[in-house]
Amino acid sequence: MTVEVDSSERFAGYANPNRLVTTEWLQAHLDKPDLVVIESNEDVLLYETGHIPGAVKIDWHTDLNDPVLRDFVDGDAFAKLMSSKGIARDFTVVIYGDKNNWWAAYALWVFTLFGHEDVRLLDGGRNKWIAEGRELTTEVPQRTPVEYPIIPRNDHAIRAFKDDVLDHLGKPLIDVRSPEEYSGERTTAPAYPEEGALRAGHIPTARNVPWGRAAAEDGTFKPIDELKAIYVDEAGIGAADDVIAYCRIGERSAHTWFVLHHLVGIPKVRNYDGSWTEWGSTVKVPIVQGEAPGELP
Amino acid sequence: MTETAVPPALAEIRDEFLELEQQDRLMLLLEFANELPELPERFQDHPDLLERVTECQSPVYLFVEVDDERVVHMHATAPREAPTTRGFASILVQGLSGLTADEVLATPDDYPQTIGLNEAVSPLRIRGMSGMLGRTKRQVRAKAAA
Repeated sequence: MTVEVDSSERFAGYANPNRLVTTEWLQAHLDKPDLVVIESNEDVLLYETGHIPGAVKIDWHTDLNDPVLRDFVDGDAFAKLMSSKGIARDFTVVIYGDKNNWWAAYALWVFTLFGHEDVRLLDGGRNKWIAEGRELTTEVPQRTPVEYPIIPRNDHAIRAFKDDVLDHLGKPLIDVRSPEEYSGERTTAPAYPEEGALRAGHIPTARNVPWGRAAAEDGTFKPIDELKAIYVDEAGIGAADDVIAYCRIGERSAHTWFVLHHLVGIPKVRNYDGSWTEWGSTVKVPIVQGEAPGELP
Repeated sequence: MTETAVPPALAEIRDEFLELEQQDRLMLLLEFANELPELPERFQDHPDLLERVTECQSPVYLFVEVDDERVVHMHATAPREAPTTRGFASILVQGLSGLTADEVLATPDDYPQTIGLNEAVSPLRIRGMSGMLGRTKRQVRAKAAA
């Protein structure tokens, strides 16, 4: 890791405390030349209204998704994106964003698919930085393009496809959508647009833990004891070491992936990004409706 | 079949966007977001009068009035943290207010797809603007008939 880690006591209980930084730490390290701050939001224009000085913008949709295939960008496009933002392969990247780092965690997960080693989240995200009265600017930094190698995306370790989920049935599955989506009352998050799933409900045996439960009131991650009570005890992961999380298009579950792997310390966690928009439209896959997880088919 | 025509103000806005490079289109959208007028006072205490646009990711509400001369007055509100949504609402408020009900109803439903924002903003997000336009037309239809 190129920039020292934040050794804040607050992160001490997490499995990988080096994956988080506090607002204080970031403020003190903003001038490090091998550190790049990235803002990643739900709203594509929010960065333009004001961002952390020196931060560049990466949009989950226009930058990280392939414009034609339902897939992420490939190694070539990712290398071009990194190069244009002035991010070298060995740089430390700190990502933050709106809505409790929802989209920031998604971006971090995509960076991990390309094996970018040192990528961290700003605990508390954009809101905490603003709530503390820290500086924002509308000035877009002019970063010098750098060389970034073309790295083939490695989907194997942290990404699950539909067939992986079918093979996985019987092991812990976490559905991180709202209770209404889980039970089958609706197919989109309350107040969100319809994104096309033909059937409603959840994957059999999946336990429902809405993603936002990992966040405390101020948008930071909850302490490790509380996270373990929610995921390990309540959601029944127990001592299992292989978990798949899903939501509707894989963004909310990227946030839960971060929590389960980097904070709780579960060795193998995969995000099923096809999620409900794929499962709920697939012919003959098993679906359960109602509040109970349901039985294996 | 209803005859459709892009109202002059919306046509002008579309041309303004199309003349710009992608990144500058975003900045123009931000200008529109900043120009969204505050709700008139009579609505500020009556959120019940406003219709929620559920196609948008952020909480955006709109209200349409049709006066005795069949002229349309449109109002919308969305939070500061949702500048894209505010920008969409502002374009419609500026482009449709002051038109007759028939002119609003004749506005093509695919207008949001024609202003050159699909690439900069993504088609997914543009759907929110289509939702706003659809709901505006529905309110105008109901109120013009009343």
